[in-house]
Amino acid sequence: MVERSTKALVKRALARRELTLMALLVILLVPISIRSPQFLSPSNVNRILNDMAILAIVAIGQFYVILSGGIDLSVGSVIAFTGMACGMLNEAHPTISPFVLLLVGIAIGFLMGLFNGVLVAYGKIPPIITTLGTVNIYRGMTFLLSGGSWVTAHELSTAYIAFPRNTFLGISYLLWIAFAALAVFYYFGRFTRTGREIYAIGGNPTAAKFVGVNENKIRVIVFLVSGTLCGLAGALWTARYASAVNEMATGFEMQAVAACVLGGVNFSGGAGGIIGVALGTLFLGVVTNALPVVYLSVFWQTFVQGLIILIALALNTISDQRKYKRMLAQRRA
Amino acid sequence: MQQKTDLVAKNRLIDEMSIRNRLIEFFTKWEVILIFIAIAVFVFFTLKSPYFLDWFNLMNATFQFSEKAIMALPMIFIIMCGDIDISIASIIALCAYVVGNAALGGASIPSLILLSLLVGTAAGFFNGILITSLNMPAIAVTLATQSIYRGISIGLLGDQARTKFPPNFGVLGQEFVPGTTIPIEFVIYLVLMLIFAFVLHKTTYGRRLYAIGNSAEAARFSGINVKLTKIINFTLTGFFCGLTAILLASRILSVRSNIANGWDLEIITLVVLGGVSINGGRGSVFGVFVGSLVVGYLKFGMGLLKLSGTLMTIVIGSLLICAVLLPRLLDLYKAKRKLRIQAQR
Repeated sequence: MVERSTKALVKRALARRELTLMALLVILLVPISIRSPQFLSPSNVNRILNDMAILAIVAIGQFYVILSGGIDLSVGSVIAFTGMACGMLNEAHPTISPFVLLLVGIAIGFLMGLFNGVLVAYGKIPPIITTLGTVNIYRGMTFLLSGGSWVTAHELSTAYIAFPRNTFLGISYLLWIAFAALAVFYYFGRFTRTGREIYAIGGNPTAAKFVGVNENKIRVIVFLVSGTLCGLAGALWTARYASAVNEMATGFEMQAVAACVLGGVNFSGGAGGIIGVALGTLFLGVVTNALPVVYLSVFWQTFVQGLIILIALALNTISDQRKYKRMLAQRRA
Repeated sequence: MQQKTDLVAKNRLIDEMSIRNRLIEFFTKWEVILIFIAIAVFVFFTLKSPYFLDWFNLMNATFQFSEKAIMALPMIFIIMCGDIDISIASIIALCAYVVGNAALGGASIPSLILLSLLVGTAAGFFNGILITSLNMPAIAVTLATQSIYRGISIGLLGDQARTKFPPNFGVLGQEFVPGTTIPIEFVIYLVLMLIFAFVLHKTTYGRRLYAIGNSAEAARFSGINVKLTKIINFTLTGFFCGLTAILLASRILSVRSNIANGWDLEIITLVVLGGVSINGGRGSVFGVFVGSLVVGYLKFGMGLLKLSGTLMTIVIGSLLICAVLLPRLLDLYKAKRKLRIQAQR
């Protein structure tokens, strides 16, 4: 009886967090669209979604790392290296298919994630230190690869640049890829054994090990997921922005972490979901794009983002603590 | 009788081992390894460039890293408690903005310094209150305040710059101690370093930080006010952000909204490279001092050899990973050795 009610409670709380975010989004959208009716026009919505697609892909990877109790600060540098590699490969071989470039990006990202994961799992170096090191190493490698020069739009093939903009059923490839990634990793986190093991490791590593979860394997896998998705994002980034620059995606790790925090992902690990992360990303996108509508200069974008992250964080923490107290009271009763 | 001689022999063996053990303990300490790395860096660049081992050059190079080294000092306290602060670069930017703006309005140098320290302290205090009042993780809170503080200076300054400062404002950040070739900034750093070393290693406050880092729960049960300590740490860090903002503005005499961008991670790197455990409870000011010198002179030397900053980021990233990996491997080695000795007995 007690067990069932606890389960129901947890379920309801989880559902509610995503619902709260959804409600907030609606509350935000109503005055914006009253003020500027074009804001919710299909073309503008499409633009916002396309703007946020790469962030969503990267945030999924970041989510799994945070879920396991870690953090991945190296995402910006992985994007830069893979983006530069794809750009230079395309420059050298203009006839290369965009699909091959995406696969190259994924492969490079996979290896970079593997390096992070092995250092964390087998070197027992805390994730924050490992990725603080590799954020420098990978960025340096980007400079070494490019020799400090850029790849500009006219050096890239038109097929590659057009790839993320091509549409299928009226939706761009970029968005399809982001939706596919969200769907795959939603399934991965909820319905596969490995996905559930990540939740277990993040929630309570000791307990997870006692029931036979291979901690090292899980730690490598989360960084593999993050690295691979960043590789994919890097290949898409170069095509979307039609250039590869050494400094590209600097500080993107903070954006990805912010999307996760907004989505209700807990920093101590073990809680959160892909739907929340997707909504968090969307929330960031709406806020960023809504600033001009309320006649606020784009220079205030950083400030508003920070404020929203802080509020989301405080709300998450308060609701977590309330839930914890309720569970304690229930156990006593 | 037989038993007694056995015992004597055993004791002698243990003594012998302990001397060797002590030597091994000493040379496998990260701080000692770091000194060897520092020596290696100096020898390498002296051999490679005739301009490296020159008193004036060595002193002049400190301009490039004194400010970051100063910020690493209060960061030791924060990391020692198992927290982290990734908003410091933004606090520096906020303080620098306030200083630049006040200077434009014609404020005097003492009032500029006071203003910067006030703003920094307030920002740090705000961080501390947020973190302790709701028990939120420091990394998440300072991620938010990083955007907030930086956002204020971006929002108010936009793409403009503040470059009008009172005459003589540049003295603090650009000049040498009169009659010598030692930069004032570097002297400030050395004095602060000694003060921080004293506080961390010789006062109850310092011991409390170690206790909190090892187990906040145990520290709380032994009567340490963990929350107050954390608030003090973050406020202190904010205060030094104010100081650093003054030095930085004085050195470059120009304030833009992207000032000190990316310093957070660089300063955390200095602290971790110096041997402070990111989980808290372990490390020393001396280690961070040597670590700062290593990074500072590595950058200077590589600049002399016309090696790009690129290679350096790779070297520093690798050093950082080694700084954590190596002690762990050495610990493993020591543990195995101990087992072997016990088995021999």
